[in-house]
Amino acid sequence: MELFFSQILDGLSIASVLLLAATGLAIVFGLMGVINLAHGEFMMLGAYVTFVVQNLFKPMGGILFELYFPVALVLSFIVTALVGVLLERTLIRRLYGRPLETLLATWGVSLILIQLVRSVSTAMLLGILLAIALGWIGSRFLKLKFTDKPFLPYISGLYWLLTSLIGIAAANFLSSIRPLASTWFGPRNIDVTAPKWLQGSWGKIGDIGLPGIRIFIILLSAVLLLATLWFLSKSVWGLRMRAVTQNRQMSNCLGIPTDRVDSFTFGLGSGLAGVAGCAITLLGSVGPNLGAAYIVSCFMVIVLGGVGNLTGTVLASLLLGIIQSVIGSGSLLTVFPNLPPAVSGVVEFFATTSMSLVLVFIFIIAFLQFRPNGMFPQKGRSVDA
Amino acid sequence: MVPRFSRRFASGVAAGAMSLSLAACGGGGGGGGGSFDGEIKVGILHSLSGTMAISETTLKEVEEMAIKEINDAGGVNVAGKKYKITAISEDGASDWPTFAEKSQKLIESDKVAVVFGGWTSASRKAMMPVFESKNHMLFYPIQYEGQECSKNIFYTGAVPNQQAEPAVDWLMKQYAPKFGKKVYLVGSDYVYPRTANTIIKEQMKALGGETVGEDYIPLGNTEVAPIIAKIKKAFPNGGIIINTLNGDSNVALFKQFKAAGIDPAKYPIMSFSIAEEEIRQIGPEYTTGTYAAWNFFMSLDTPASKKFTADFQALYGKDRVTGDPAESAYNMVYLWKAAVEKAGSFEDLEKVRTAMIGTKFAAPQGEIEMFPNHHTSERVLIGEAKADGQFKILSDSVKAIPPIPWNQFVPETKGYTCDWTQNRPDAGKFKM
Repeated sequence: MELFFSQILDGLSIASVLLLAATGLAIVFGLMGVINLAHGEFMMLGAYVTFVVQNLFKPMGGILFELYFPVALVLSFIVTALVGVLLERTLIRRLYGRPLETLLATWGVSLILIQLVRSVSTAMLLGILLAIALGWIGSRFLKLKFTDKPFLPYISGLYWLLTSLIGIAAANFLSSIRPLASTWFGPRNIDVTAPKWLQGSWGKIGDIGLPGIRIFIILLSAVLLLATLWFLSKSVWGLRMRAVTQNRQMSNCLGIPTDRVDSFTFGLGSGLAGVAGCAITLLGSVGPNLGAAYIVSCFMVIVLGGVGNLTGTVLASLLLGIIQSVIGSGSLLTVFPNLPPAVSGVVEFFATTSMSLVLVFIFIIAFLQFRPNGMFPQKGRSVDA
Repeated sequence: MVPRFSRRFASGVAAGAMSLSLAACGGGGGGGGGSFDGEIKVGILHSLSGTMAISETTLKEVEEMAIKEINDAGGVNVAGKKYKITAISEDGASDWPTFAEKSQKLIESDKVAVVFGGWTSASRKAMMPVFESKNHMLFYPIQYEGQECSKNIFYTGAVPNQQAEPAVDWLMKQYAPKFGKKVYLVGSDYVYPRTANTIIKEQMKALGGETVGEDYIPLGNTEVAPIIAKIKKAFPNGGIIINTLNGDSNVALFKQFKAAGIDPAKYPIMSFSIAEEEIRQIGPEYTTGTYAAWNFFMSLDTPASKKFTADFQALYGKDRVTGDPAESAYNMVYLWKAAVEKAGSFEDLEKVRTAMIGTKFAAPQGEIEMFPNHHTSERVLIGEAKADGQFKILSDSVKAIPPIPWNQFVPETKGYTCDWTQNRPDAGKFKM
């Protein structure tokens, strides 16, 4: 019984991390059909926001510092959601209905974001802002001057190239001023410390300790999931999002501002990724490459659960979490101590972290042979691209 | 409307052009310092980009610091002539084939006298064939699993008998009365942890102890819940854990251990890949009370150690830390210099190799010596991580322990040794 309970707890912990990370992607990928390879990097941004908030609260000390985490949760949602909206407005919206281009473009964005946190300094930021400001003002002017001229795109392309060169030069120049040149985060991993009330154990059930962090993440993912479900089924914006998903043209005709709905959906998905990033600072390392560790498992969950279906996402993450913990910890051997040696040998062989991951992949591949669209395939009219 | 825009546009372009020209004026400078009779080119080959950049950049900095010190002190004195060392740095990009490619480039086009480089065992294994086929010379600074002895490589990091084995002995002495002679091994899934754990398992057998569990996590994985469950099952009332994890997984391990109530008082943990720099990234509050075994700690209280750290911080910033890998990288530059001066040549590698054997250097850790098996003797230290990210030294061999590259606990290599002073074809591995 005890073993059973501790397995459930471990399985739930792994599942809740998967779920937390995948919910945002389920919305973006499921509702919009956008394969967002930068999802992991949005999580990374959320983690860095947490780091910044932690450092802002550090000098206050005492009780106030203990409270930094809720603030970080909210702020990481807001910041990553805003970055998401920005990305949607500038890039993703030009690529709707072109999955391959979206995939490549978001991958490019992920590389840019990784390098950005590695090397961002005040000088670099000023350079980028200068380039964007110049480019924006100038291209406005070009548009006014050469309206309807066929060479306009070339000229403005060239002009943007020029402004980015100017930006690089300005950043280089400003880097010679020492205080502006030092990087904010650098390529090294950074240290995010969980507040005292999250560290350690939250009491015991029987002989099993309840790790505070784990319980907190399980609760957080449950709350976020319920909130998302409520939002999608009850709120005005949620209903609009689903309407656009089901039939874009018709929604447009009925007066739903589809482009604002798109930005909103993408922002929501990104914001959820940010919250996930904030939560996983409690569990693992925080560095520029943080996203890469999670993106694959996120896609696994979505593909297994069925695209565009939050119930599927929940069940898939529970299933994967429990398989991973039961197989990986080898507790099958404790439950069935009298297995024939051939079978127990196999169980033991898979009872390591590496092998349990291999098993999870095999399971998914096998499952998709029988149900290529996941556990809960989208029924009825398919989502338009 | 339009003219205003155009004026702004023009001034923007002008400002940009100005900053461009200013930027072009930056850089350059430096040089100078004494008069030399010539220069010796040496290669530095570490990952300056990719996952390993975090660790390896420090090695490059330390090697450049050693070279700068040597040049400032009058350079290398070869057969009565003073030579300035010029370092040519290449980026291995955390990609093992690139290491091989860049070694070739350094040897063939740059004609360097020696290469200092590498961190992971994988990068060393990739470079080895290049250095052996060109009969050239590589210095490798990191503690590693041993079971290798190349004529063309000098190893200045610890082999298991200078790190892992004494650490296991120490753990048994301290904790076997309390927890029994049992260990649980956790490591990353690649060559170093697997080989090191094979050796530890053999050693535990020899000590009459037992390895109750062994688990490997893929590099970069951050889920350790199943491992915690297994450790708790194997050691319900506490026990000894030996950690050979590398990189990010360490952060996950220590954070989740703390949450699961695996604290160092009940579960003593000994790590082989966590130095001062790694503690900074994990967060000292998670590692406090755990143990590490190294040949050098920043907290080592000797004038040489203090000077090394002070010089490093003066050059690269007050917030930086030194540690074992950095010290080892520093030592190898000086060992090479001493051997070249002894040999009276830097071009005749055969002479340099012969001169290298028996060369001594007063390193930050104390005096070390290059042995005929191309490994250095090392002082063995065991430390306990403190809340400020530094180590409190609990055990100190004081004198340097000679290296044994072919492990004597592992049946396949038991009785084998390596001695490059002997003139025999199998000098790298022969039966004693």
